[in-house]
Amino acid sequence: MTLAAPPTADRSRKRPFWTMERRDSVAGYLFIAPQLIGIILFVLIPLGLVVWYSLHEWNVLAGTFRFVGDANYQKLAADPALPEVLTATAIFSAGLVVFNLTLALLLAILVNQKLRGITVFRTIFFSPVVVSLVAWTIVWSFLLQANGGINGLLQVIGIEGPNWLRSPPTAMLSVIVVQVFKNVGLNMVLFLAALQGVPRELYEAARVDGASRWTQFHSITVPLISPTILLTTIITIVGSLQVFAQIAVLTQGGPGMSTTVLVYYLYQQAFQFHRFGYGATISILLFVIVAVLTFAQWQMRKRIVFYEN
Amino acid sequence: MKTELSPRARVALYGLLCVLAIPFVFPTWWMVTSSVKPISDIFAFPPELIPSRFDWSTYSEVFRLQPFAQQYWNSCYIALIVTVGTMAVSSLAGYAFARIKFPGANLIFMVVLLGLLIPSEVTIVPLFQMFLKWGLVNTHWPLILVPIFGAPSVFATFVMRQFFIALPVELEEAARVDGLSRFGIFWQIALPLAKPALAAVAIFTFLHSWNLYLEPIVFLTTPGNFTLPQALTQYVDAYQGPMWNIQLAAATLTALPVLVVFIFAQRQFIEGLAHTGLKG
Repeated sequence: MTLAAPPTADRSRKRPFWTMERRDSVAGYLFIAPQLIGIILFVLIPLGLVVWYSLHEWNVLAGTFRFVGDANYQKLAADPALPEVLTATAIFSAGLVVFNLTLALLLAILVNQKLRGITVFRTIFFSPVVVSLVAWTIVWSFLLQANGGINGLLQVIGIEGPNWLRSPPTAMLSVIVVQVFKNVGLNMVLFLAALQGVPRELYEAARVDGASRWTQFHSITVPLISPTILLTTIITIVGSLQVFAQIAVLTQGGPGMSTTVLVYYLYQQAFQFHRFGYGATISILLFVIVAVLTFAQWQMRKRIVFYEN
Repeated sequence: MKTELSPRARVALYGLLCVLAIPFVFPTWWMVTSSVKPISDIFAFPPELIPSRFDWSTYSEVFRLQPFAQQYWNSCYIALIVTVGTMAVSSLAGYAFARIKFPGANLIFMVVLLGLLIPSEVTIVPLFQMFLKWGLVNTHWPLILVPIFGAPSVFATFVMRQFFIALPVELEEAARVDGLSRFGIFWQIALPLAKPALAAVAIFTFLHSWNLYLEPIVFLTTPGNFTLPQALTQYVDAYQGPMWNIQLAAATLTALPVLVVFIFAQRQFIEGLAHTGLKG
């Protein structure tokens, strides 16, 4: 970029219109054009339309589309289903983050040990990530039936298993667990890379000072991998708000509304009950939640993560 | 914490690893074995970990009840086009944001990053209306165009930009002196060096497209157009109850090829994804 126009003899006489900078600018715009046009067409315009739709009562079946101002928002605020939906969403996200990150860190520490054949285990823990999501969920649905594989195995050792997907607490637990085992491998390899980045001298020095393994873990490992902990938390929370296929296949939001998370509620309202205006209003709520969480995490990043490289 | 472990600790560790491996391995094993059991055996008690009788007819049923070969092809070609398209769009944009100075670059980058903030679920209602207006509902266009150009490709662009920023700039400057155009530099010098990042983008884009579920069930209405995830859930009886052994056979056909590729290329998969995750 520091190079000016090509070194030609007549440069001092006449500066050509197509300087290196100008040609570079054109190239830059052409390079980003597909992405930028795509973002305008498939993100920004739809986002504007979501706001516009949310101000309308729009029922495709009845053929109505009329401006109603903030009526949809008032309806959403007063929707008796909303507290249940938000509770289900919060329980799912919180349960998923805690269970996923704890297991991911544990697995990462285990596969970071010097053991023969440890890559076999690394491969095993990662493998569900590449299994088709719906295929994985169907198998678990099959396993979790009242007379399915899990209860069958439990009965062999004399335990009467519950009907996992048909009672509220176990249904939510099932959805969380299925999702954790599907994707925990991804967070595991992120933690593994972070663990391998911690200088070994620190542990050796700590051992000389007589620090226990637990002390080493919480005063060396955790602070040094805190950027990764934050990163995986963000990825996992934002991902948890988008969970759809698992709910659709395992519970269809039930029993009752106990596993109806926000995206599933949005799908039901817009595409099953054809309430597009109301669906758009729910979309706005989803957008606000994601935006607030992302912003909060950026703020936290500034405050609590010390070892950003 | 890498220290030599005592033999006893070693045995304990192997034991723990094996127990932890069960929920990761057993579902796949159960899927494959149950898909070849006769229907009377799939809920047998005690559970048959190894099938005692085989019934391969489930696999022909998979193809008889739905145009499964067509659906398989749909998923494959959509995922391939989306993968190649995303690699092209994101490497071009990522390169420009990393290397080329042009007015408004930072502002445009912020606008593009908005795509990371807006999950595609938020815009599904207007996207459906847009494609309805264009007459493209119940075609594969929404499943191809939106991932390549819209929000899902932004993460790929971000990964590519981070990669190009880290490349030493001297190589390119030498090429400029030799009179290579911007595109020439990108194509002949920068892109060949970006193979690891491109591989990672290819892997997560392919998996994302292969797993897509909400978009297909919103946009597609006739079985011949369905993609695999959507097709799997359609093997139901007259009362909407799942035909388990057939669903499991179809699930096996869907999951196994990718799993086999993964086992042979697991280093590229894992390191590629770890790499992008860290940079992203």
